[in-house]
Amino acid sequence: MDDLLREFLTESSEHLDTVDTELVRFEQDPNNETILRNIFRLVHTIKGTCGFLGLPRLEALAHAAETLMGRFRDGMPVSGASVTLILATLDRLKAILADLEIAGTEPAGSDDDLIEALDRMSAGEVPAVAVAAPPPPPEPVLPPPVERELKPGEVSLDELEAAFLAAPGPDDEPAPLPAPASIPASMPAPVAAPVAAALAPVAATPAPAPAPVPAPAAQKAEAPAPAAEGGEVPGKVQTIRVNVDTLEHLMTMVSELVLTRNQLLEIARRHEDSSYKVPLQRLSHVTAELQEGVMKTRMQPIGNAWQKLPRVVRDLSAELGKQIELVMLGAETELDRQVLDVIKDPLTHMVRNSADHGLESTAARVAAGKPARGTIRLAAYHEGGTITIEIADDGKGLDLAAIRRKAVERGLASQADVEKMTDAQVAKFIFHAGFSTAAAVTSVSGRGVGMDVVKTNIETIGGVIDINTQAGRGTTFTIKIPLTLAIVAALIVRAGESRFAVPQVAVLELVRVDPAAAQKIERINGAPVLRLRERLLPIVTLTSLLGQEATEAETQTGFVVVAQVGRQRFGILVDEVFHTEEIVVKPMSSKLRHLSLFAGNTILGDGAVVLIVDPNGVARQVSQSAQAGSIPAEMEAEEVEAGEAGEAKTTLLVFKGGNGAFKAVPLSLVTRLEEIDATKVEWLGGRPLIQYRGRLMPLVVADETIQIRTEGTQALVVFSDGERAMGLVVDQIVDIVEERLDIEIAAERSDLIGSAVLRGRATDIINIAHFLPLAYDDWARGPRRPTKVARTLLLVDDSAFFRDMLTPVLKAAGYGVIAAEGAERAMAILSGETRIDVVVTDLEMPGRSGFDLVAAIRAAGHPIAGLPVIGLSAAVGAETVDRARRLAISDLVAKFDRSGLIAALTEIDAPSLAEAA
Amino acid sequence: MMKPANSNAAAAAAAKDGATQEFVTVFVGETMFGLAINRVHDVFIPTGITPVPLAPPEIVGLLNLRGRVVTAICLRRRLGMPRAETQGAGMAIGLEQAGETFGLVVDGVGEVLKLGPDTHEAVPINLDARWRNLALGVHRLDGKLLVILDVDGLLSFGAERAEPTAA
Repeated sequence: MDDLLREFLTESSEHLDTVDTELVRFEQDPNNETILRNIFRLVHTIKGTCGFLGLPRLEALAHAAETLMGRFRDGMPVSGASVTLILATLDRLKAILADLEIAGTEPAGSDDDLIEALDRMSAGEVPAVAVAAPPPPPEPVLPPPVERELKPGEVSLDELEAAFLAAPGPDDEPAPLPAPASIPASMPAPVAAPVAAALAPVAATPAPAPAPVPAPAAQKAEAPAPAAEGGEVPGKVQTIRVNVDTLEHLMTMVSELVLTRNQLLEIARRHEDSSYKVPLQRLSHVTAELQEGVMKTRMQPIGNAWQKLPRVVRDLSAELGKQIELVMLGAETELDRQVLDVIKDPLTHMVRNSADHGLESTAARVAAGKPARGTIRLAAYHEGGTITIEIADDGKGLDLAAIRRKAVERGLASQADVEKMTDAQVAKFIFHAGFSTAAAVTSVSGRGVGMDVVKTNIETIGGVIDINTQAGRGTTFTIKIPLTLAIVAALIVRAGESRFAVPQVAVLELVRVDPAAAQKIERINGAPVLRLRERLLPIVTLTSLLGQEATEAETQTGFVVVAQVGRQRFGILVDEVFHTEEIVVKPMSSKLRHLSLFAGNTILGDGAVVLIVDPNGVARQVSQSAQAGSIPAEMEAEEVEAGEAGEAKTTLLVFKGGNGAFKAVPLSLVTRLEEIDATKVEWLGGRPLIQYRGRLMPLVVADETIQIRTEGTQALVVFSDGERAMGLVVDQIVDIVEERLDIEIAAERSDLIGSAVLRGRATDIINIAHFLPLAYDDWARGPRRPTKVARTLLLVDDSAFFRDMLTPVLKAAGYGVIAAEGAERAMAILSGETRIDVVVTDLEMPGRSGFDLVAAIRAAGHPIAGLPVIGLSAAVGAETVDRARRLAISDLVAKFDRSGLIAALTEIDAPSLAEAA
Repeated sequence: MMKPANSNAAAAAAAKDGATQEFVTVFVGETMFGLAINRVHDVFIPTGITPVPLAPPEIVGLLNLRGRVVTAICLRRRLGMPRAETQGAGMAIGLEQAGETFGLVVDGVGEVLKLGPDTHEAVPINLDARWRNLALGVHRLDGKLLVILDVDGLLSFGAERAEPTAA
């Protein structure tokens, strides 16, 4: 009996979940008989089983609910209130089942309240319809199974079955066999039920009556129909329940088997004439099939995790008084059951959040000109070896201002930091524990628990969560879950010294490239590309992605692995391609999980550990370096500005200099990158020089520990200003990165501005101003303008980085520079002793902007009000220009445009000098 | 007896209680270190290490130890010691933490020592901060000092580094 009870518990709770979902669907589509039948049948099953097992409370409840549903079937109109009542009944059933599971017996208590309400509801309509022959309302309270056979419900079941299972003849004998007989028969079938039921509504809808197809058959087997005894059902889906641990163990063993097989294959590859080739081949096939089979047992459609959501949303919709539509796409996307379990609760939570916080009230929506009914969209799909799940609402979007405020209040970040952060970064604050901006705590959410748990849950399975929010348009959460614990086919390649595995799902094709052959790699400003069937394919070399040096020759020959991630296509250049192999993805060590380029590691047939390249990680890098690398220098400045306006990113050139330390310099300051023959370096008066483009260019080492090479090639970063050029000697040029620049540690050394974390590496940002005078003693003194009167310039910029960067440039142009970090300080300086001749100010500053400052200057007294002002702006739009003109700003210069700034200053100088004369 | 400077020092506390403890001794250069024997799962010669590009400097790479992927950590680099002049094959100590296996690469492995509280000393305060955080105490041996290392401390690095890029 114990086993039977356990079976019953699992089965019933699955049935109830299905009924939940189906009821919500039914409410929206009350004329759909298929759904109703489905619901009716499930409830009936529960009722029947309860009677058999002697669970009077459950039975009475189920019976009352069934009666009401019988009314629906007979044509009673479906109302929201009645569905709510049935849902409440289902909840009570679940609660009783839960107690039953713990205690083994039904808990004491009365359900008269619900039964009465249900009866009243069904009775209310009886006279109106009166089709059902035996109106059952008076007797719902009879609990004991004794009277069962006489119950009217039984009759209606047969009717029901006759109706929708008309086709399979042997089943519909309306024999009033005692229910008990049917129970053992239905026992082996329970799994079929939820699966079939979950998928059936769609699949089975068109074919209810004429079909002996598996779906109805499964339904049949599952109903406690008397006739289910004798194995007569032809297409019956046989299922058994298996403990998950058993499956897990099986999975592990299969993984080991795959590895061993791979080792055998590796050995066979080396021994040509072995007689065991044939059996080995056979073993290989069997293993592959076994593996596939075991994998399948672990996969479940994500729809299983979504099953509860329609009900959740329906209840929320009632509770919050909002109209909410839930759209679910890609429910059939399969994923590992373990992963499914972990994301189930986070998903529910996020949908609740979207309903409560994301969507506005109906009134607010209408006022904003949106459809009154808010939409929550759930979508799941496979993408390049990961599963992406999106939860999107079309609500008001996150209140970023409130989040900023809250973050400062809670001490998560300083005001200054928060101001500097991008919206995307600010949005991430909602993942902090206890973070809530909800004005009111509702029973649904707003208590500040949850999103941090969601994030943690997702991260434990190696997933990533991202937010995209648009004010007034909605918020989208994107969850990416890698397919860990899985066996994947991978291409084994070699790059440099090491081998790597590239998951085959992302690989489209392989192209051999050779400078001598038809397919060769070409370069646009250093960025490698490949012509592939009349299209240009951006190429990255795996070695350079991994921060290793690649010689020119190496980047000419090899194989291009053409990969596609999302809509992005790119080629990965590797030195050699070996073969494909089924690999067991082992998760990356916790110490290495931050490396986005790798999805995990595996052990190959020969016992070596290789890293699995993550095509998504590569794709991200490709798009970044492609942006930074392939654009001509002038455009780059614009690119930087565009980034500056949106995300405040700076493109930096990263190189190695001095003891392997990483250093960086803003790419906008760099003129060229060179690799010169080390023998070309000449020494004049103890100083290294090279002949460069017909002139002598002095070389300066980026760090004292760097030795200028005497053989091979020497990497140089060339800076130039007018006709002068300087070569900065570095060990190796590593990368070009585009990142937000947060100088974390202000350096005490004059050759460094500070340190920042770039791509997860601590990197020193060098101060070019320190090196220029080393190359030319007079660089800083501005020898080209010997006649110039020293004029004093006030530089206002909130960013220390830009102040430090521009100061030497302006000094070199012959100005005395006073720097101020904000409008207040600038006004204080202006009204002070020092005579200021010209003001250069950043227009976008937190707090009082540059415009405010200029307005203040214009409003000030005589000498100050007339000062020439140059505005620095990241984005120059029509509005900015207009505003600048009204404030009599002499010139607007892009933030990185040094020569533009100097030119603007010269222009100002000319007339003002004339005036002075 | 002096109180151990390092309060998380379970081992040191145990030593104070008078129980003798067993340590696996390992060498890096001239220095001898001790690791609590109950944490040592394996001693093996690391071969076929796959380097991990872009990894933290402490990590030598990954290797296959009887079908398990082991993250090899260089004790020398972990302690910020200078690079060895001669790069020998070395030995590795298999450690486990939170279900993961790590291999601590050392220059050599010595005998197992059973040591009582009588030779135990707190970590000298003038040690390098990095060492102070990783050491649980020092044992005075004949002609040598044995620095007892905190295994969990050794393996807890990189977590803070993982954050910024993961976000």
